[in-house]
Formats: sequence, C-alpha cells, structure tokens
Amino acid sequence: MPRSLFFDRADHRVSRGVKVAIIAALLIVYAGLCFAIFHSSLKSGAAVWEYREILWSGWLTTIGISIAALALSSIFGMAAALARQSAFLPLRYTAILYVETARGLPLLVLVLFGFYGVAHALGWGDRLPVGVLILSLFSGAYIAEMIRAGIESVGRSQWDSARAIGLATVQAYRFVIFPQVIRQILPPLAGQFSSLIKDSSLLYVIGISELTFSAQQMSSATYSTFEAYLPLAFGYLILTLPISLWSKHLENKLKFES
Amino acid sequence: MTISLDSVSKSYGSQLVLNDVSFSATFDHALALVGPSGGGKSTLLRLLAGLELCTSGSISVDSTALPNEEKTLRNYRQQIGTVFQAYNLFPHLTALENILLPLTVVQKMPRAEALHRANEVLARFQLLPHSHKQPGLLSGGQRQRVAIARALVIQPRFLLLDEPTSALDPEMTAEVLDVIAELRLSSTPLVLVTHEMGFARHSANLVAFVGNGTIAECAPAEEFFSNPQSVETKRFLHKILKY
Repeated sequence: MPRSLFFDRADHRVSRGVKVAIIAALLIVYAGLCFAIFHSSLKSGAAVWEYREILWSGWLTTIGISIAALALSSIFGMAAALARQSAFLPLRYTAILYVETARGLPLLVLVLFGFYGVAHALGWGDRLPVGVLILSLFSGAYIAEMIRAGIESVGRSQWDSARAIGLATVQAYRFVIFPQVIRQILPPLAGQFSSLIKDSSLLYVIGISELTFSAQQMSSATYSTFEAYLPLAFGYLILTLPISLWSKHLENKLKFES
Repeated sequence: MTISLDSVSKSYGSQLVLNDVSFSATFDHALALVGPSGGGKSTLLRLLAGLELCTSGSISVDSTALPNEEKTLRNYRQQIGTVFQAYNLFPHLTALENILLPLTVVQKMPRAEALHRANEVLARFQLLPHSHKQPGLLSGGQRQRVAIARALVIQPRFLLLDEPTSALDPEMTAEVLDVIAELRLSSTPLVLVTHEMGFARHSANLVAFVGNGTIAECAPAEEFFSNPQSVETKRFLHKILKY
C-alpha cells in the first residue's frame, strides 16, 4: 500500500472514496477498542430497554426546551442588541448590564440562582417555563453580542447609502442592515443553537425531566451506567452533529458569495 | 441651478474641515469641485446631500434653504440623488432590487409602476442583461452605473457625485464618465467631486477649487484651467499637470 494514500496535501489530493474508507475503518477500530476495554463493565441492556419510554420523552423534552429557548433567546438577543445601540443611556446601560452579567456567570450558577433564588422568591414554581426562561436569558446574551458584531460589521457606507436614498432609521435596519446581518450571523447562530441543546442538560439540576435527567433516573433504577449514558450521549449527538455540519456548510456558502 | 453658501463652517470634533465659506454659483448642467484630498470637497458634498449638518452658517439651493433638522432633512434627501466613491449598492439585493428600493419603500410607488421605471433606467444605461445580478457579480464600472441609475430613478432635483470613479481602473472610469457626460442630455443638473481634470474641463460648466477648508476660486471650466487666478489653484494645477 503506498504511504501517500493517507496524506492529503495541496499537491496531492486524496480521493473521496479513500477518505470514506479511512473514516469507516477508523470507526470500526475505535468501536472495537472501546468494546475491548469496557465490555467487562457492560450489563444486560434488557433492564434499560424497559425504561426506553422515559428516555424517549426526555429526548423530546430536550428538543422542545431547545426550540422554545432558541425562539425566546433570539427575541432577547435582538432586543438587547438594539437597546445597546440606543442613544438613550439608561436603556443602553441596562442592555450592557444584562449581557455582561449573563455572559459572566456559569450557566449552572444562573440556573440555581434563577430557580431557587429568584423564581422561588417570586412564587414561580413551574420548573419547565422557568428553566426555559433562564436558558433563554443566558443564550440571549450571546446572541445579542453576535447581532451587535453583525450590525457593526456592516460598513458606514451602507448607512450613508441608505440615508442618501431617504430611508428612515427603522427602514434602513429592515431593508439594508438586518438582511446583511442575518447572512453574517447565521453560521454562529447555528452554533449557538447547538450550544443551547447541550446547555439544556444543566436544567436537570432543578428537576426538569429532560434527556440527562431521564438517563440518570434510568441509571439509578437499573444500576447500569454504560447502558443508560450511552444512549444519552447519542441522544445529544444526533441533534448537534447535523447542526454543526449545517453551520459549516453555511460558512462555506458565505465565503463564496462575498 | 444655483448653490449658495453663507459663511458655512463644518467641524468634526476639534477638526475644522470647512472654515467660514461663502460662495455662490449658478450653472446649467454641471459644477465640478476639484482640489487636494482632505481639503473639504467631500464634506461640502455631504452637506449638500443633507447627510451632515453645518456646524454654523447656511446653505441654499435654488434659493431654498437646506433644512437643519433630521426629519425634514430626510425629506430633502428623498428628492436628490447621491453617488459615492464605492460601495454604494446594497450587496444583498440585485441591481434591479437596488433600484426599486427608493421607489417602493421611500416613495411608496405601486410595484408595477416602479418596475416599469426601474427597467427604463436600466435599459438607458445598457444594464438590462445585469438586472438580476447582485453587486458582487458586477464589475466596478457596472456597479457605479447601477448606482447612478438608482440615484436617477427617483427623478431627482439634482445629482451629487462624490469621486464616482476614483476606485476604478482607467477603462471602467471611461465607462462611468461616458454615462455622466450623457446626463447632459437630460435636464438633471449635477455637482461632481472629481480628480479627473480632463473630464472636469470638458463636461463641467463651472469648476471650483476647494482646498484648505475654503473655496479659493470658481470659474467657467475653460477659464479655470487656462487662466487660474488664485495662488492655490495655480499651485494645485501646476502640481497635478506636471506628469
């Protein structure tokens, strides 16, 4: 076998078929290695199979939380980004305070403080909406920064042109600035959605029966670890991998257009 | 068209760009503003375009004073066409959509009528084959022609051009200058900031020298170049016509 088969260089590209073969071979090798090392700690999967409904409903809850939080955090992010551009200082400083606080705290701290601290004091006991709200506030701060960077990346000349043809500020945002911002931030936004899905796992600490919580329940009920946590890992990967690939695809597409 | 400046000053922070300029010019077709970079030409054009407010003094066009607050200024901007050096067009819209935007959004014109007007102006500048391309797929010269088309489609009172060819190579420059020269046939007057002295000489009625924050001289084109009066103009022309 020629050694050059494994080296992908600018002057010698490896063909697609060979690449697929290498990936397949690696998967088999790594799966085999894992099995060899860990098979002694595997128990019967049958016990876990009985709890599949819990895992399934946990997975659906995770998807639901993620979608709701994405929608809500986009609204928070947009509002905070616009407030940050505002000439009215109290509004601008409020936006900065929100964004910097939410980005400066670990999500776990935000979840614990938000639920056991703030929500309890306000008498909000319903875990799921409070959890979604906390996650959205957290993610919204990051989205606000993306939108702000996107707005700032649209050059001054675009504002000049927009004003020169007589557009009002709101019209300029709607017809000129935002369409360009959205194209810019779609790849990082897709990445943020992927983070959101992963971050939703932390909501298990306030007892929301999402995917991680369900896997833990299943694990303690069956005394199994691998059998419970392996589906957990795959449950997240199935959601995040396509998004990550989609985000890469968007990045490449954007590169060609500009 | 008559432009009058009454002791106009403009400063950005502590930097004084236009210093107490008083000036009046009447012309049929075109006024060219020439002078060294950083001398205040573009600032003067931005004031005329209603994109900036004078720090002090006032400007009037055809004996109507320019408004001095943003809301009425926007109304004023809707009646004039402005073309910048580069990056005029909105990159996410096609040439046609760029031209439609001021009609449908600003003037609230029915789409069918706007489309008719836009296609007319695209045809006039031989841009019809490119009407569905985004600016990224157009050459620099085509982009500036679309920008001029967008400025003209609203049938503006007058046209302002800020160094419209300075980002282009000689061939594209000629292509854009042809279009500007052709505007003589229409009745839209224009004010042009340019470094193309030959073009200023042959196409403008009046040429004004803007340097050091003031207008040193304004004269009919032929006279301006063959017999400059002010020391600044002489020095400038001597320097740029040396090679």
